Amino acid sequence: MKVLVAVKRVIDYNVKVRVKPDNTDVDLANVKMAMNPFCEIAIEEAVRLKEKGVATEVVVVSIGDKKSEEQIRTALALGADRGILVETDESISSLTAAKILKGLVDKEEPGIVLLGKQSIDSDNNQTGQMLASLAGLPQGTFASEVVVDGDKVNVTREIDGGLQTVALNLPAVVTTDLRLNEPRYAKLPDIMKAKRKPLDKTTPADLGVEVASKVATLKVEPPAERSAGIKVASVDELVAKLKNEAKVL
Amino acid sequence: MSTLVIAEHNNSALAPVTLSVVTAAKAIGNEVTVLVAGAGCGAVAEQAAKVEGVAKVLVADNAAYENQLAENMGLLIADLGKGYTHILAAATTNGKNFLPRAAASLDVEQISDIVRVDSADTFARPIYAGNAVATVQSSDAIKVITVRGTSFDAAASEGGSAAVEAVDAAHDAGISSFAGEELAKSDRPELTAADIVISGGRGMQNGDNFELLYKVADKIGAAVGASRAAVDAGFVPNDMQVGQTGKIVAPQLYVAVGISGAIQHLAGMKESKVIVAINKDEEAPIFSVADYGLVADLFEAVPELEKLV
Ligand SMILES: Cc1cc2nc3c(=O)[nH]c(=O)nc-3n(C[C@H](O)[C@H](O)[C@H](O)COP(=O)(O)OP(=O)(O)OC[C@H]3O[C@@H](n4cnc5c(N)ncnc54)[C@H](O)[C@@H]3O)c2cc1C
Ligand SMILES: Nc1ncnc2c1ncn2[C@@H]1O[C@H](COP(=O)(O)O)[C@@H](O)[C@H]1O
Repeated sequence: MKVLVAVKRVIDYNVKVRVKPDNTDVDLANVKMAMNPFCEIAIEEAVRLKEKGVATEVVVVSIGDKKSEEQIRTALALGADRGILVETDESISSLTAAKILKGLVDKEEPGIVLLGKQSIDSDNNQTGQMLASLAGLPQGTFASEVVVDGDKVNVTREIDGGLQTVALNLPAVVTTDLRLNEPRYAKLPDIMKAKRKPLDKTTPADLGVEVASKVATLKVEPPAERSAGIKVASVDELVAKLKNEAKVL
Repeated sequence: MSTLVIAEHNNSALAPVTLSVVTAAKAIGNEVTVLVAGAGCGAVAEQAAKVEGVAKVLVADNAAYENQLAENMGLLIADLGKGYTHILAAATTNGKNFLPRAAASLDVEQISDIVRVDSADTFARPIYAGNAVATVQSSDAIKVITVRGTSFDAAASEGGSAAVEAVDAAHDAGISSFAGEELAKSDRPELTAADIVISGGRGMQNGDNFELLYKVADKIGAAVGASRAAVDAGFVPNDMQVGQTGKIVAPQLYVAVGISGAIQHLAGMKESKVIVAINKDEEAPIFSVADYGLVADLFEAVPELEKLV
């Protein structure tokens, strides 16, 4: 079974992003970029499926500008077999990303498509669900366990009330939550090897997808800042303040 | 113009977050219809009909919707949603699961997790873990939106008298099935609805030590939350995680115990009215958002707190 994994290049999760003074966007100039953390978990799961003999090939795809190659190479170093860059300089909405991925699903016919549950830049949490819908596939979102069982996959999902398990017909779309696994680090020899693994390039147009969005960003502003309050010296003082000053106890 | 609100429920009770979604729908300014999709969910429909500002309730009562499987919900919402200008659901794990499927079927974008309604086509939503707030305008024919419950007051649960109408649309995609669930049982208030939340982090050291927090919580009627580190380490279950990728809370009082204050955690709690931090490291970033900071060993401070509240 082939596994297709979608990885996105985003701001590194350690960076505290700042809004541009003209309020048009956040400032990404000279900011450290990395693979979306949930996508790292997706790659790790795919590689584990291969190590278990469930997956035969792991194909990794990223949609973005040329620099997204870096994230594909990282995925190849982590154990993916081959990469596809869908190159575009435009910003891509989740719906457009889902359409592009649908085009690749039609071409590659994977048994499982793994995505992150959420990009940490847009915080959208939609692409996997949209892809599943467009491709007519079942979905296991926010996965904390993925068990392939014959022609089905059982996905345990992190939901607001606890955990839920769904049984999905294959092929299926799975989006990863934080507890699914702990991603490994790439070893130097693997990083060297990854440079020789195949990386194909295509474009949204090649896949018949027009890059467009009906949602325009009018402005981007910093959130209302909280100012730091005071330090209290004791639990006594804390409780007194909460009762008499803040009146929340 | 008319808005379809997808009800959040467990087949017997309407979840309070739906009341906040109704408020967002009213801010958009349309007639509000609530869809209750489930199995044996008649009581929920009756509750929804009483919500102030709801004009109509649609009930899709069918085995296919019993567990709100996304595959079936997506088809149902896309089918019924064609007749509306706006479709809204709560930004819960449920709404986030099925609503994007409906949006894609309708070939429209989804606007996730809105915190403000500016007009019928313009909304604000946090991005980058809440480090920025984007105002976005949609020109899609149908606006599909998930709503952050804590950002909108609850509509009154009594006072309305909407007509209840059965819809007989059995969309069963037949590609997925419910295989079980493990729901956390707790007598404490629900995290996202509680007036007071006490959360523990890695500093708690293990799951047993969370007892210290439970004791305080039970004295003051608080819910208990956690940082990702505490959940990852197995101290407490995943449904207690507060943050960018966990639950968003905005209580009157949030007490962070042994939590450093990473941006991903702050994203889930910095809209709280009053924030208290108890941490032994006076440099911990959590103090930069805390109204009251106590630099102390939690193993001394929390038992003392329990005595004094
Ligand atoms: C993609 C992604 C998503 C994430 N989503 C979330 C999320 O939703 N929610 C979330 O919380 N995190 C999230 N994180 C993780 C986040 O970056 C931090 O790693 C996490 O919040 C740290 O948890 P912590 O504060 O409990 O642990 P630490 O950072 O280890 O802090 C522990 C604190 O406890 C204090 N302490 C220790 N012992 C004591 C004592 N005896 N008395 C008093 N204080 C003590 C220490 O001084 C320290 O400040 C996410 C990370 C990523 C990459
Ligand atoms: N430009 C992209 N390239 C590759 N994968 C993407 C892209 N955008 C979104 N995805 C995938 O969809 C997931 C969820 O993204 P989102 O819906 O934007 O929160 C990500 O974790 C990726 O797996």
